[in-house]
Amino acid sequence: MAAEKKIKIIVAKPGLDGHDRGAKLLSRIFAESGMEVVYTGLRQTPEMIVETALQEDADVVGLSSLSGVHNYFFPKVVELLKAKGMEDVIVVGGGIIPLEDYDGLKKSGVKALFGPGTPTNEIVDFIKSNVRKS
Amino acid sequence: MFEEKALQQVKASKEKWDETVEKSFAKAPERRKEFTTISGTPVNRLYTPLDIADMDYERDLSFPGQFPFTRGVQPTMYRGRFWTMRQYAGFGSAKDTNERYRYLLKQGQTGLSVAFDLPTQAGYDSDHPLSMGEVGKVGVAIDSIEDMKVLFDGIPLDKVTTSMTINAPASVLLGMYLAIAEEQGASFDQVGGTVQNDVLKEITVRGQYIYPPKATMRLTVDLIEYCLKNVPRWNTISISGYHIRESGATAAQEMAFTLADGIAYVDACVARGMDVDTFAPRLSFFFNAFTNVLEEVAKFRAARRAWAKIMKERYNAKNPRSMMLRYHVQTGGVTLTAAQPLNNVVRVGLQAYAAALGGCQSLHTNSYDEALCLPTQQAVTVALRTQQIVAEESGATDTVDPLAGCYYVEAQTDQIEKEIMDYLEKIDAMGGTLVAIEQGYIQKEIQNSAYRFQKEIESNDRIYVGINKYTMEEPPVTDLLKVDMSVGEVEAEKLKKLRAERDQTKWKAALDNLRKVSESEENVLPAVIEAVKAKATVGEICDVWRDVFGQYRPKEYV
Repeated sequence: MAAEKKIKIIVAKPGLDGHDRGAKLLSRIFAESGMEVVYTGLRQTPEMIVETALQEDADVVGLSSLSGVHNYFFPKVVELLKAKGMEDVIVVGGGIIPLEDYDGLKKSGVKALFGPGTPTNEIVDFIKSNVRKS
Repeated sequence: MFEEKALQQVKASKEKWDETVEKSFAKAPERRKEFTTISGTPVNRLYTPLDIADMDYERDLSFPGQFPFTRGVQPTMYRGRFWTMRQYAGFGSAKDTNERYRYLLKQGQTGLSVAFDLPTQAGYDSDHPLSMGEVGKVGVAIDSIEDMKVLFDGIPLDKVTTSMTINAPASVLLGMYLAIAEEQGASFDQVGGTVQNDVLKEITVRGQYIYPPKATMRLTVDLIEYCLKNVPRWNTISISGYHIRESGATAAQEMAFTLADGIAYVDACVARGMDVDTFAPRLSFFFNAFTNVLEEVAKFRAARRAWAKIMKERYNAKNPRSMMLRYHVQTGGVTLTAAQPLNNVVRVGLQAYAAALGGCQSLHTNSYDEALCLPTQQAVTVALRTQQIVAEESGATDTVDPLAGCYYVEAQTDQIEKEIMDYLEKIDAMGGTLVAIEQGYIQKEIQNSAYRFQKEIESNDRIYVGINKYTMEEPPVTDLLKVDMSVGEVEAEKLKKLRAERDQTKWKAALDNLRKVSESEENVLPAVIEAVKAKATVGEICDVWRDVFGQYRPKEYV
């Protein structure tokens, strides 16, 4: 079997939110599942996140937000990725996100959202089965 | 505690009992091979006098209000008065939050606890680009003394005590608070409260840092030193394990890393030339409470004993108040589930019970909807009632330290104290807390525990109701609290007006003076108070320090 290029994922914390337990945990779990992971750290603007995605030639951007700012940041990241010609980069999100916001976020181009309590293998499986599909 | 002969007898009987029990396993085995607490500590089938054979009552437990304070920091504890019921609250504008405070006080809450929004905590004004989307979200937006006036409108600051969750910019918000208390007619020595002011845990786990460790520690110590002389009833720091636990630490790690931070602050104050018995009585702590009641109780008792010994033996403190671990508790936010959210009421109930049995000085109980959104008024009311039920109905408050002497709790207390001391020894050997943080040691230990816990949940080794067992389909929850996105615009407008209308000469002179003082070794507090009175904003003051001190950029340890 030919060695396939590893999936590359950027895990990012947009805004000023400091809750990074989930982001760090998932970074480790993504790495263990064979992905290449770049964790941005805290206080990222959408521009910084997209710049990292571009530099790293990412397949996936995972956004984590627990401070209620997902409706602003997530669509903004999708929009900037498009503007840079990176439509094929999958954007997924997680954190404290009310279910009623899911539809709007998905419409804006966020591929999937994972709330608290989601088994991590579910997230890994989703990413693996959705990357480079198009 | 026990006579040798009696212990030998117990030992012999226990061996026989174990044999009989294990014989029955062929027919009726235990549910699992190994039992552990949520922290991963092994739990034995049975605890007996053998497990606390080395305990010396006078030395290890003593009496409430007496060294080593294992049984509590006050002689009568809740027989005198209950803990302070203090719900952390803040959202939207100062006016929105002021209404919530008045409501909570009317419902029998006995102290205030201010949640600031993230821009305020990170030292940015509401119109800063990084504040986009965050204004008034997870707390109240405070830019200037004018907002602070609205926040405490109609609340007598000489009577109500206020806790403020503010760290790197703590002196700015304290300055505003003191200035408006003064306007209300309350002198500095009449006001009481707490600022979190714990910048080290911002660096390790909470993320609301601004300045590099050394500079931010200087601001912390400036505040402690200023209050010592001028605001004697103020708790100058709340050394926090809460967020360490939220980030994944075990019970013992929560206490160990918090006390390690405490040691760093005491060292810094001593290095400033302060006598330990002058400032140590005003140090306070802040811990988490998870659902495993007995482990939590043991954790609180162990930390009280450990801190008392540290202050006495390491710092030669003479004043018993310097040795007392006084603390606030908040129930575990991370233990709440988004699935079946009403189950969280029960979790919070058990956690509040643990906090009461453990001897806390004040308590915040979380709302059941916090894994979904910011708490609604109904959920906040249930949370407050939960602690009132624990206080008034559970009986936990009728006698002091009711679980003392329980073989299991005493054995766990010893075990956790040992783990705390082992960690402190390791950190000392590394060169102290700041070095351990710099090397990422503390961060990595916490992340490893978070990882272990997640793996346990996913392999069903640990059961979480509604997550990996007893799950069910449920309709989405509606009626969640939403913060109006326009708060940001309104706040930005207010700022524009403030900047145009304030006395420019006075404002500029105050900021220039602040810069000069910050560049020197003088205490910055008087200059900060002058600056806030001259209507300098949180962002402007923090910018002066960004200029003088630089900004902290963490290395990531994943």
